[in-house]
Amino acid sequence: MSATDSTEHTRRDFLYVATGVAGAVGAAGVAWPFIDQMQPDASTRALASIQVDVSGVEPGMSLTVKWRGRPVFIRNRTEKEIEEARAVALEDLKDPVARNANIPADAPATDIDRSAGEGKENWLVMVGVCTHLGCVPLGQAGDFGGWFCPCHGSHYDTAGRIRKGPAPENLAVPTFEFVSDTVIQVG
Amino acid sequence: MSAGHSTYTPKSGLGRWMDARLPLPRLVYDSFVAYPVPRNLNYAYTFGGILTLMLVAQIVTGIVLAMHYAANTEVAFNSVEKIMRDVNSGWLIRYLHSNGASMFFIAVYVHIFRGLYYGSYKAPRELLWILGCIIYLLMMATAFMGYVLPWGQMSFWGATVITGFFTAIPVVGDWIQQLLLGGFAVDNPTLNRFFSLHYLLPFMIAGVVVLHVWALHVTGQTNPTGIEVKQKTDTVAFTPYATVKDAFAMVVFLALFAYFVFYIPNFLGHPDNYIEADALKTPAHIVPEWYFLPFYAILRAITFNIGPIDSKLGGVLAMFGAIAVLFVVPWLDTSKVRSAVYRPWYKLFFWLFVINAIFLGWLGSRPAEGVYVAMAQGATLYYFAFFIVIMPVLGLVETPRRLPNSITEAVLEKKSAGVPATEQAKG
Amino acid sequence: MRKGIFAMKSILNGLAALGLGLAAVTAANAAEYPIKKPVEQDWSFAGPFGTYDKGQLQRGFKVYREVCAACHSMNLVAFRNLEDLGYSEAQVRAIAAEYEVEDGPDDSGDMFMRAAKPSDRFPAPFANPQQAAASNNGAVPPDFSLIAKARAVERGFPTFVFDIFTQYAEAGPDYIHALLTGYEEDSHGHEVPEGTYYNPYFISSASLAMAPPLSEGMVTYDDGAPETVDQYARDVAAFLMWAAEPHLEARKSTGFVVMVFLLLFGGLMYLTKRKIWADVH
Repeated sequence: MSATDSTEHTRRDFLYVATGVAGAVGAAGVAWPFIDQMQPDASTRALASIQVDVSGVEPGMSLTVKWRGRPVFIRNRTEKEIEEARAVALEDLKDPVARNANIPADAPATDIDRSAGEGKENWLVMVGVCTHLGCVPLGQAGDFGGWFCPCHGSHYDTAGRIRKGPAPENLAVPTFEFVSDTVIQVG
Repeated sequence: MSAGHSTYTPKSGLGRWMDARLPLPRLVYDSFVAYPVPRNLNYAYTFGGILTLMLVAQIVTGIVLAMHYAANTEVAFNSVEKIMRDVNSGWLIRYLHSNGASMFFIAVYVHIFRGLYYGSYKAPRELLWILGCIIYLLMMATAFMGYVLPWGQMSFWGATVITGFFTAIPVVGDWIQQLLLGGFAVDNPTLNRFFSLHYLLPFMIAGVVVLHVWALHVTGQTNPTGIEVKQKTDTVAFTPYATVKDAFAMVVFLALFAYFVFYIPNFLGHPDNYIEADALKTPAHIVPEWYFLPFYAILRAITFNIGPIDSKLGGVLAMFGAIAVLFVVPWLDTSKVRSAVYRPWYKLFFWLFVINAIFLGWLGSRPAEGVYVAMAQGATLYYFAFFIVIMPVLGLVETPRRLPNSITEAVLEKKSAGVPATEQAKG
Repeated sequence: MRKGIFAMKSILNGLAALGLGLAAVTAANAAEYPIKKPVEQDWSFAGPFGTYDKGQLQRGFKVYREVCAACHSMNLVAFRNLEDLGYSEAQVRAIAAEYEVEDGPDDSGDMFMRAAKPSDRFPAPFANPQQAAASNNGAVPPDFSLIAKARAVERGFPTFVFDIFTQYAEAGPDYIHALLTGYEEDSHGHEVPEGTYYNPYFISSASLAMAPPLSEGMVTYDDGAPETVDQYARDVAAFLMWAAEPHLEARKSTGFVVMVFLLLFGGLMYLTKRKIWADVH
């Protein structure tokens, strides 16, 4: 009697556990679409890259375009700005990492690694969002002639690197490429 | 929410601490664990639980849809299509919500018919029944306003026709219609307020559901015999017995729900609602969603003037009357016996009523012309006669079958009479 | 599996014949149009395991592009969606580039035309409904994004009950196919107003403003499919079903997993229920 009782018990426990597990699996399966729907939808994802014609941007001029709902600064820098940025020693930088999505994540924040690269050093493409709390910095302002964020006083230099103020990182360089001499594709 | 003496004894120190301050665990324990339910409840009694599940499902999918929907006539239709095409799993959530409304009504109709069959409305459960009727009314209002939101042709013209009911009211009718619409026709203000109310009403339903369950737990559940619980052997504890039975029924119901959502998601909808609303073009036949069809048939059955009441007002009165009569059912039924199980004649008229209601639904989907009108008039007559004539008269003249002395006795009787041997062996 | 479904279909059709008695009573009152009901076709996307035939969708898209698109917009469909038809990203980019869409305003405030990108939606042939009506004898050609779900000939009692079990959800493509292949010269005594064409399958009257749009050989297929009106109609109907219900395949395959899960979970639940109630009975 007691022997059958205990096998009966095991079988019963197994059944309860199996039912409980199935219920939990079902609940998780139902939960997923309800979480996933909060992700960017297909039409938003399709807009993830834009092409910008920069043929009209002369040295010393900037262009601000909207990419993924945020401003992207495209600046054709003057010789003077490039030289100023090059003159800065790496150890003087608050954030020594390039923060450039197009090169390895640990690349140093030299001027060339911040710019569009060899032969295109004059072009600077950056997400125009202060790395502190997300305001849009003002161009050609601040103590270093680069960008200045009026919200909490972060100063960036002419290569968009953080030099003074509360922001922790250099302005981010998004994925971009020159698809022709005059067209930049961002994203 | 439980009647009688609480048997909850907190085991841990934290439990006792909480019990002295906010006895929420006690409330849950008394209402959903120790709460005694009649042992002879059949699966018709699981629809209360299923309805709770559907209410939660509709609220959850609805909140998610509202994250993507835009209540503006310029973009409403396209925002729904964006959900269907671009939002991750959007098609699933939208089909769950639109078919969920239908499933909600299937469940509520089974629940109401179960109440009518087993006399669940009879004293002392009149308030429980009336609260249920209020939930049903709120459900209809919610469903109607929800159907307007996709801003398809049926949305628009359904809203036009239904708000048109109010113009039948003498003197103030037009004023009321304009008040509801926020304009001279269904337009952006209408859509905006319907969206707002469609979002609000489900939470009001949830509130009335709490009262409904509270009232239920005061009087206790009825059961197929209609005899009140008398002794401890008449009942089992809510958990695990009713919980597991309700849960099984929910899974079966979910399978039906899933079948519609995944295989025939547009079966219960109308193709015209995939055409964007056009205020200048009326569809050939305006039909409401299936769950309103019986009432729509009653509305259109009144094609004649009744004394000073013209046919338009008469139709509207008959339609609202068809719902209003439900509220007074507890006082229309004069029978001393509660359950139809022991009332052979009532049982017959009840099933005729069910068939008649389905027939009315079908008539509601037909054009209101020719032979359909006559059939709808006959069916409407039976609908009202069932409540106003058959219920009171039958209670006085019908000879009920012998009632068992208790639920336990009824269960034992059933077991010894013609139940398969395997069932008996288990007992 | 398919055989089983067909067997079920024929049984249900038999039952449907029995139901004709009641149907006959009501037929006299049923809607006047369409004069003829569409004939049910075989579709690859029908049934619980239905999937789109990508080759067919590509052919249908070709018919839409070369014939229908001259008058019918498809406002809700974007070029990027065409990847569903089996085109690569580069092919989609190339197809999109063949279309021009309006963009702007540019720096001087003017709107300008540019080649379409995959993220753009199909440009409409007419700027607005008024222009569409003016160019088409007063009848606005309907948008095609949802047409396969927005048209369905009423099935009537008792067929609609059987449709639940046969999962009949192809009323739209059946209708489109019937309409496109259903034009007749002889109007059989029906009145055909000037500038309209008799078609007994048209849902809302005896004739419609659209002239027979398809003719044999008018669209070149490069996969060897017959270049007939029937094949064109079939392909474009399938394409329009896809346009109206792009997630059909995901829906049906998810549905299968869900149904299997619910069956298993329901079985376990039932056993648990029996175990728990065993000591009560």
